[in-house]
Amino acid sequence: MDKLSAAQQKYLQDRDFHKKKVFLCRLLLLFLFLAAWEGAAFAGWINSFIFSSPSRIAVTAAEMAGDGSLWLHLGVTLGETLASFLMVTFFGLLAAILLWLFPAASEVLEPYLVMLNSLPKSALAPLLIVWLGNNVRTVIVAAVSVAVFGSIITLHTGFREIDSDKIKLIYSLGGSKKDVMFKVIVPGSVPMLISNMKVNVGLCLVGVIIGEFLSAKAGLGYLIIYASQTFKMDWMLMSIVVLCLVSTLLYQGIHLLEKKYEK
Amino acid sequence: MEAMLALSHVCFSYHTVGGETLALTDITFSVGFGEFAVIVGPSGCGKSTLLSLICGLIRPESGEIRRTGRRTDTASRGIGYMLQKDHLFEWRSVYDNVLLGLEIQKKLTQPNLDRVNRMLETYGLSAFAQMKPSALSGGMKQRAALIRTLALDPDLLLLDEPFSALDYQTRLEVSDDIGSIIRREKKTAILVTHDLSEAISMADRVIILSRRPGAVKRILPISFPEEYDTPLKKRNSQEFSHYFNLIWKELKTYG
Repeated sequence: MDKLSAAQQKYLQDRDFHKKKVFLCRLLLLFLFLAAWEGAAFAGWINSFIFSSPSRIAVTAAEMAGDGSLWLHLGVTLGETLASFLMVTFFGLLAAILLWLFPAASEVLEPYLVMLNSLPKSALAPLLIVWLGNNVRTVIVAAVSVAVFGSIITLHTGFREIDSDKIKLIYSLGGSKKDVMFKVIVPGSVPMLISNMKVNVGLCLVGVIIGEFLSAKAGLGYLIIYASQTFKMDWMLMSIVVLCLVSTLLYQGIHLLEKKYEK
Repeated sequence: MEAMLALSHVCFSYHTVGGETLALTDITFSVGFGEFAVIVGPSGCGKSTLLSLICGLIRPESGEIRRTGRRTDTASRGIGYMLQKDHLFEWRSVYDNVLLGLEIQKKLTQPNLDRVNRMLETYGLSAFAQMKPSALSGGMKQRAALIRTLALDPDLLLLDEPFSALDYQTRLEVSDDIGSIIRREKKTAILVTHDLSEAISMADRVIILSRRPGAVKRILPISFPEEYDTPLKKRNSQEFSHYFNLIWKELKTYG
């Protein structure tokens, strides 16, 4: 390998140093926040019964991890989120493909899709409970309803923005509409599909929590509602912290997928 | 010369809510086997529309297009169409891009693959076959696009300003290159361009279109003495400037 010039070495060093600085600042910010919270609770400036504190949250988490209840609630929420996410991805893509293949149908359906997309889906949840019962199915359907219409509209719009000359190319090679779909539109939309998945995974989590608020026997959303009704603020805040971690984790999962595709 | 393609009284208009735009009117000409015809005309005179009509992607409103005796209603079999940009797909390797047409027409047979491999070899792309298109230079991309078109072994090639996206130097090299590939593979070709030098240096015949609505203004046979046998050499001959002035005047009188 060539020896790097001094200027290049300095550039790389500076970049490395900058990265470390950013990382340290992030850690420091987290530490300061936790310390201020803990300190304020300890000094009695805030009521730790209402505001809890990092140490009480940690103790609660350790207890619930010990008796397994944390894993149960976490597992239920994760499972429901992944199930609804997979369904949104599948049905969103399928519907967008069908709408592209049948432009007349898409023209007819457009106002209805726009209406369903802008409808606040939480309004549907009580209806779903009546129709589907007080169970996991309702939670998943609620989560799907939150994300799927936006996904269909985004993907379909993306499909229509593909360079028309690429489509012309397929036709000039004797291809059919199906060839256009599967040789150009779908493979050409992968980056958009992945960025749409990022949005969807977040929306599915929102939908799952809404669903669990209203109809569930387990899950982090259920835990939050149960904690609020029994005034266990430690439980509630711990659930929220766990939710923060879950949403970051899910987002990073898709980010990894994106990086893998780009390679 | 026997005609491989004959257009008679072809008209075409575009329709929008705002009104009707007559793009081409009463186009009549024919192209013989093995001939290299070049269509020139001012921007927006319907040159690209004309190629889409010949390819069968759109139908003429009136008039008829016949190819070796049959009408071209059933679109593009036997016609290769090269667009302005290479449109190589970044999600496929160069090799898979070149095979796109064969894949679509389900003709991935060994003889066809052999022919494609031979062309990749001959035109200096076999070392790049497994790379992504973005690794190629502009000229190489155009060559890959040409091989993609030739892979289906068309007897008629339509070229829609295939060099316009390249810088000047590459453009000269590539047009030289592609011109000689087309002649070596013994194809009939119709090239559309607004570059008069390119037209004269590559054509057996130049078809001059008028401003919109496009109509055939004049058909000019081009011939050079034997020794000027490449497009680049032709550009330095006396005949070249003669033809240039002729076409220039033809286009200008329409103002």
